[in-house]
Amino acid sequence: MSFIEAAGLTKTYTPRGSKPVHALDGLDLAVPQGTVTALLGPNGAGKTTTVKVLTTLIRPDSGSARIGGIDVLAHPQQIRPIIGVSGQYAAVDEYLTGFENLDMVGRLYHLGAKQSRIRAQELITLFDLEEAKNRPVKGFSGGMRRRIDLAGALVTRPQVLFLDEPTTGLDPRSRLGMWDVINSLVGQGTTVLLTTQYLEEADQLADSISVIDDGKVIAEGTSDELKASIGGQRIEITLVDPGDSSAAVEVLRRFGNSEPSVGGEGRELTVDAAHAPEALQHVLAELGARGIRLFDAGMRRPTLDDVFLRLTGHVATEDDAPALQTQGRH
Amino acid sequence: MTTTTTTTTAATTTRAAASPIADWFSDGWITTRRNLIKIKRVPDILVFTTLQPIMFVLLFTYVYAGVINIPGSSYTEFIMAGIFAQTIVFGSTYSGSAMAQDLKVGIIDRFRTLPMSPSAVLIGRTNGDLFINAVSLAVMMTTGLIVGWRIRSTPLEAIGAVALLLLFAYAFSWVMAYIGMTVRSPEVINNVSFLILFPLTFISNAFVPSETLPTPLRVFAEFNPVSALVQAARHLFGNIPPGAPVADNWVQRNPELTVIIGIIVLLVVFVPLAIRKFDRVSSR
Repeated sequence: MSFIEAAGLTKTYTPRGSKPVHALDGLDLAVPQGTVTALLGPNGAGKTTTVKVLTTLIRPDSGSARIGGIDVLAHPQQIRPIIGVSGQYAAVDEYLTGFENLDMVGRLYHLGAKQSRIRAQELITLFDLEEAKNRPVKGFSGGMRRRIDLAGALVTRPQVLFLDEPTTGLDPRSRLGMWDVINSLVGQGTTVLLTTQYLEEADQLADSISVIDDGKVIAEGTSDELKASIGGQRIEITLVDPGDSSAAVEVLRRFGNSEPSVGGEGRELTVDAAHAPEALQHVLAELGARGIRLFDAGMRRPTLDDVFLRLTGHVATEDDAPALQTQGRH
Repeated sequence: MTTTTTTTTAATTTRAAASPIADWFSDGWITTRRNLIKIKRVPDILVFTTLQPIMFVLLFTYVYAGVINIPGSSYTEFIMAGIFAQTIVFGSTYSGSAMAQDLKVGIIDRFRTLPMSPSAVLIGRTNGDLFINAVSLAVMMTTGLIVGWRIRSTPLEAIGAVALLLLFAYAFSWVMAYIGMTVRSPEVINNVSFLILFPLTFISNAFVPSETLPTPLRVFAEFNPVSALVQAARHLFGNIPPGAPVADNWVQRNPELTVIIGIIVLLVVFVPLAIRKFDRVSSR
């Protein structure tokens, strides 16, 4: 039996003056104990709404959710002691120091004064927060705040950890640091549900991935299973002259196994290929014969980007830069 | 980041279960402490709560004292209860902007996922206002005594006046906390509270005797809860000269009782409303 189970969750918001938004549209989810599951999807797919339902913050319009056999909707007060939550926006008190923030969370988990202080100090050491220990959080970077927030989620050593876009808005270096932290946690057997819009992040951290779009899970499996589900390898070429685009598409269509996709202003072309090395040889020979100049050419295994594109017909993110903190409610 | 090795598999370490009442007190104290630390770290709150009342006392005493004539009393004596009431009613708006701010930055979501009492954050917040108001009332009373205001009643009555002022503002903090969670924008809250509180405090007997107002304003002023508060404070501090005219209605003749009823009604309505709201609200 799964530790986190959700079935048929629906939630509809009606923003003033616009059409209803189906944030959740019959979402099912099962996370086995001690595993890491990633909810992967673009902004507005329903990731945060799912986490909010499971962490007792909002009630769904219909559906059911259980964590460790406890009904989340009927007994939110029994769920709260066993979960840890780190949100998309570092939920720390800016005017308190790092230590005071963690100590306060411990007290509110009812650990008692002494235990709360001991645990706060342990987490300060563990998360390398000495610098922020005795200074108000206000002056610290986003990465530091996220670490304090994540530490706050771990104050009670929760059985289940929810991480909602743990690295959104972080610079690449902080993101790698956060991945280290999360990886070490999941090594300890904590059940983790994390959401991300970064395919690479799901690939790095999760045992299993649920791809969600428009409030529903549209595919599930390990990273490898998802990649395998869309077939073999890819041939990718980059043209020098975008004017050669249509001729090159014709060549790829002849030797590949799918309709070629075109990006990068007509210069980057990709096609599926069942026998990629052989197909690549043919493609290169034919392009050479036609005098089409190449900037780059190669084979690669499918990425989760390809999976997402195949499943939803659109890409997960416009760019892979850290997203700005301007997302709407979802 | 250094290499991190956790012991997260260990079972949840909880202290031996305490009674729900003890937890409730503890939660309320922890959230109150959070707000007191904030007052310490954000000097402008403390400056605003101490300097602004001093400024008001001095402005009203020296600017208007010459033009407004209160029969049988001095304007300084008359005005002081009005300044007290206005300042601390404004002081209770911090709860509104603070709750909106907590929602905006997402810390409400953190609190709501903790196994704490759902009323604790609101109790801590309104206690914070109570502290700020107590400080500013002490500052105003001291300044008032320096510029010639006198308490002409028994110490018990004076304590009653202070208690009514602080309790009314405390009840009003719950109203503002509720509005803050509903409006959700700290900036809007500030504007809204100015729009509500300026008329409420100025169209009252706080700064001028209500009989001097044109009829529609006079009627509003006489039934305005702030007027009852001012009248009660004035009465309990002994600042109403003997024989001064009292508007002929129950509210003005029984200001203390009116204020007590007002405090009870505000608390009975808005404490449950605010807690219910807190239990449903979530950032963004």
